Amino acid sequence: MYPENLNYTKEHEWVRVEGDTGVIGITDHAQKELGDIVYVDLPKVGASAEKGKTLGSVESVKAVSDVYAPVSGEVMEVNELLATAPEKLNEDPHGAAWLVKIKLSNPEEIKQLLSAADYQTYVGAE
Amino acid sequence: MSTPATALKTTPLNATHRKLGAKMVDFGGWDMPVQYSGIIDEHKAVREAVGLFDVSHMGEIEVTGPEALECVEFATTNAASKLTEGQAQYSGLLYEHGGFVDDILVHKVHDDSYFICCNASNQEKDFEHLAALNKFQAEVVFASDRYAQLAIQGPKGLPTLQKLTKTELAPIKYYHFTDGEVSGTPARIARTGYTGEDGFEIYIDPDEAERIWNEVMEAGREFGIKPCGLGARNTLRLESKMALYGHEIDASLTPFEADLAWIVKLDKGEFNGRDALAKQKAGGVKRKLVGFEMTGRGIGRDGYEVYLDGAPAGWVTSGGPSPTLCKNIGLCYLPVDRAKPGESIQIMIRNQPVDAVTVPTPFYKRAK
Repeated sequence: MYPENLNYTKEHEWVRVEGDTGVIGITDHAQKELGDIVYVDLPKVGASAEKGKTLGSVESVKAVSDVYAPVSGEVMEVNELLATAPEKLNEDPHGAAWLVKIKLSNPEEIKQLLSAADYQTYVGAE
Repeated sequence: MSTPATALKTTPLNATHRKLGAKMVDFGGWDMPVQYSGIIDEHKAVREAVGLFDVSHMGEIEVTGPEALECVEFATTNAASKLTEGQAQYSGLLYEHGGFVDDILVHKVHDDSYFICCNASNQEKDFEHLAALNKFQAEVVFASDRYAQLAIQGPKGLPTLQKLTKTELAPIKYYHFTDGEVSGTPARIARTGYTGEDGFEIYIDPDEAERIWNEVMEAGREFGIKPCGLGARNTLRLESKMALYGHEIDASLTPFEADLAWIVKLDKGEFNGRDALAKQKAGGVKRKLVGFEMTGRGIGRDGYEVYLDGAPAGWVTSGGPSPTLCKNIGLCYLPVDRAKPGESIQIMIRNQPVDAVTVPTPFYKRAK
């Protein structure tokens, strides 16, 4: 159920590499755990993302959850859809509801992330 | 999904919740469902149709004997003497310094018998507090083990429950109750709730809880009944500005500060905490609870700091999205002269001040 072309973190983010760009989102497991998502706080274009540091936050009715940058780089684009329709994160977390696109400053970091199969095992065992 | 730690307390419906796929959380030491289908979905079911809550974690304390009324009057802030048989009343249990031990519902069963419903995580403390204040010809009995409690809330709550009882529900007025039967088992049927919607709370034998739960679900099916968790219970009570212990009220806050002056009857005679409240009233209350609505982008949540004129001035007690109003709302403490609608405030959200404005409460009031 987790797409093969994405790379995952144990903090439940994903990255899809498109050339020198990394598209970042949160996983289906994350949205299910959060429940109804009502607000998404994202960095501004031009901000720098640092692997492991807070990139933004996602809020459900009940709670706030930090999103950590799975890889480092400069934020090139943020998903404007989520400002008006945060609930899309519950519907299509691996697709239309991506969070940001960043220009990868260290593409080697991708290798440290989990494959779809490993992530599935990880959340299955939680 | 993890299994509950052995330390967590459970209600008789624990297995039922798990079977229904509820997400379970540790709520003050209780393993409770926070949601089933989703908080917004459950919230809307209660506002528009009917929802069923397991609130068996709530505590029950009985006060009986020839001086039961005197005991209750001395321990609580509201005028229990004004209650008629079959009537319920929202009230406060206070420390001598005027802070809250708990907020409670007092039910008058008979002249010599009162039934108190209190918060789950406070029940042992409440019982000890009441027992210590009991210098009367009365007996204070911890009765939580004898009751499971279900809340059937929403405009279709009455027709749902009516199918299962011979007791005529329509004549029961708001904040009144009657002892009858639900589906053949003795039940205390109260027209009370914590949602701001019409509905009932029933107190039943814990051994019957699962059967009654299933029968209520079946009876409500034609109306679109949904099982509801603590998540929706919280958004519903916040819209209706009902206090939650540990948030709007606690040992450091008095009823006057919590905008609950209406449950304090200073002229009813002596009661625990009365002197401190009289003194606070005479000296002037310094801070007060007020509602707010976010005007900037962001959600002011429990514990966030509130700024007035660029300086810290208070804190958010409860805050979050209102599913009915589609706004981000909350309650906060502010200096009393500014704790009124129309004040521009800022709420510190992750170190950023975000604009909000104080507003009249309740945020939501059902059409009568």
